[in-house]
Amino acid sequence: MTILLDPTSERAVAKRTLVARPSSLKGKVVGLLDISKPRGDVFLDRIAERLADDGATALRFAKPTYTKPAPVDLRQELAAKCDVLIEALAD
Amino acid sequence: MPAPAEKPSLPDGLVAVVKRDCPTCALIEPVLRQLKSAGRRLTVYTQDDPTFPSGLDVVDDRELEVSWHHAVETVPTLMRVESGAEVERTVGWNRKDWEALTGVGNLGTTLPAHRPGCGSLSVHPDNADALGVRFSGSKLKSRRIELASLEDEVESLFERGWTDGLPGVPPTEGRVLRMLEGTARSPDEVVAVAPPDLIAVTVEKVAINAVMAGCKPEYLPVVLAAVEAACTDEFNMHGVLATTMPVGPIVVVNGPIRRAIGMNTGVNVLGQGNRAGLTIGRALQLVIRNVGGGRPGEVDRATHGSPGKLSFCFAEDEEGSPWEPLSAQRGFTSGVSTVTLFAGEGTRCVIDQHSRKPESLASSFAVSLRAVHHPKLALGFDAILVVGPEHARVFREAGWTKARVLEEIDARLQLPGGDLVRGANGIEEGMPEHFLSDTLPKFRPGGLLLIHAGGSAGLFSEIIGGWVSGAGGSQPTTKEVRP
Repeated sequence: MTILLDPTSERAVAKRTLVARPSSLKGKVVGLLDISKPRGDVFLDRIAERLADDGATALRFAKPTYTKPAPVDLRQELAAKCDVLIEALAD
Repeated sequence: MPAPAEKPSLPDGLVAVVKRDCPTCALIEPVLRQLKSAGRRLTVYTQDDPTFPSGLDVVDDRELEVSWHHAVETVPTLMRVESGAEVERTVGWNRKDWEALTGVGNLGTTLPAHRPGCGSLSVHPDNADALGVRFSGSKLKSRRIELASLEDEVESLFERGWTDGLPGVPPTEGRVLRMLEGTARSPDEVVAVAPPDLIAVTVEKVAINAVMAGCKPEYLPVVLAAVEAACTDEFNMHGVLATTMPVGPIVVVNGPIRRAIGMNTGVNVLGQGNRAGLTIGRALQLVIRNVGGGRPGEVDRATHGSPGKLSFCFAEDEEGSPWEPLSAQRGFTSGVSTVTLFAGEGTRCVIDQHSRKPESLASSFAVSLRAVHHPKLALGFDAILVVGPEHARVFREAGWTKARVLEEIDARLQLPGGDLVRGANGIEEGMPEHFLSDTLPKFRPGGLLLIHAGGSAGLFSEIIGGWVSGAGGSQPTTKEVRP
């Protein structure tokens, strides 16, 4: 574990803040990211149905493998296409 | 954050620090027993094996806390302690010294009179950093940032926005403590108030950024002086940062520190390849970026910028110069190390391979310098002229002093208003019309700085144009480099 000393004025928080939670999913694009663990798709299929009922558009994505972080291209695609992301950690 | 580590006190009497792994310590084992039988109050700290030395009560210092706090560098170390304070110390084995310190005669008479000791485990390279963090890390006040196990250390600096676009050295506690050994100043001492956010920047924050820039500890005093100079009202780092012009802080180093830290003054003096120059200039810019909050596209509004805004720091070749150094021109005596900050752009070469008369070369300099920022603009900008050794030789052989060269250049840069005013020569840029019948000097008095540097071959010099000069802009600013 590496510990670094903050080189800044420390006026900014060290952790990244979450994006504000939308008040409604109606009309939003929701990314469903399957991390490629077994049966994650079962969970996400059901979530996709629920989202359709709420008027949201669901887009499906999958990581190549659950053992590694999502590749940069995939992260950029998610950031570009989605308003909201749901990640399935099924097993 | 490590817990504050108090310096453990030593018991009164004699105190010895030993390790079994040291042959000299093994040699003097009977001497320690002899001191005890002589009735001396003796406390023995052992660094590696609590059963050594045998026959004595031993204090286990395998954690090296006593050894580290009491700056034990050699074992055996023998100290005399009175009222909790060390009053005398000897290292290694020297019969006369041990007898004098203990007041006990005939010590170790069968032993050789003298044997050097071994290195203390508390200063062993494998241990020193970790011990420093453990026992003195609490003097560092900066926020600790714990990286996740999958985070790459170098990438993490980019992700947090801490670098200038080049990789940096991760500022771990061990590295920062080592950097701080480069200065006698306290980590919490405030060096300056850094623009644009007007943050009090401490020695510690400068050290962290110096680590990231790749500095060695011995460069730190130069970085500190550069930060001090940059953050003055006269240098006006805020304006230099915020301007749309392509300028940044240029650091010129004079005095003995140049050679002490291995700065380049010769071949490729303004180019790549010298760690000291490049990392000092970079450290200053990282302080402005990270502590001051001055980042490109935010307060830094440069239209083009310049590669020198990553780092632009060089040293004058004083030994080979026909003239007094820049620091003398700036009012400092020789032997004093200084940094001079100049708000400048990139470099522009003056080629003159034919002038052998000083008048001719001064004229070449003058026509070239006239073009600084625009040939029709006068009095607005300072400049540095870095005179190469082969050009300087022309003046040396003619006996021209630095003052004479500056006068001769100035005399050739008295520009008729008719050539400068807006619209003259079909160019709309220029000086306001009311200067039409005046004669204007290109530079304000003192606005041209001569510095001697460069490789020994090449009839070239370099012009560095400045930013808005004078009290309304930036003025060259010199500070002494203090330990």
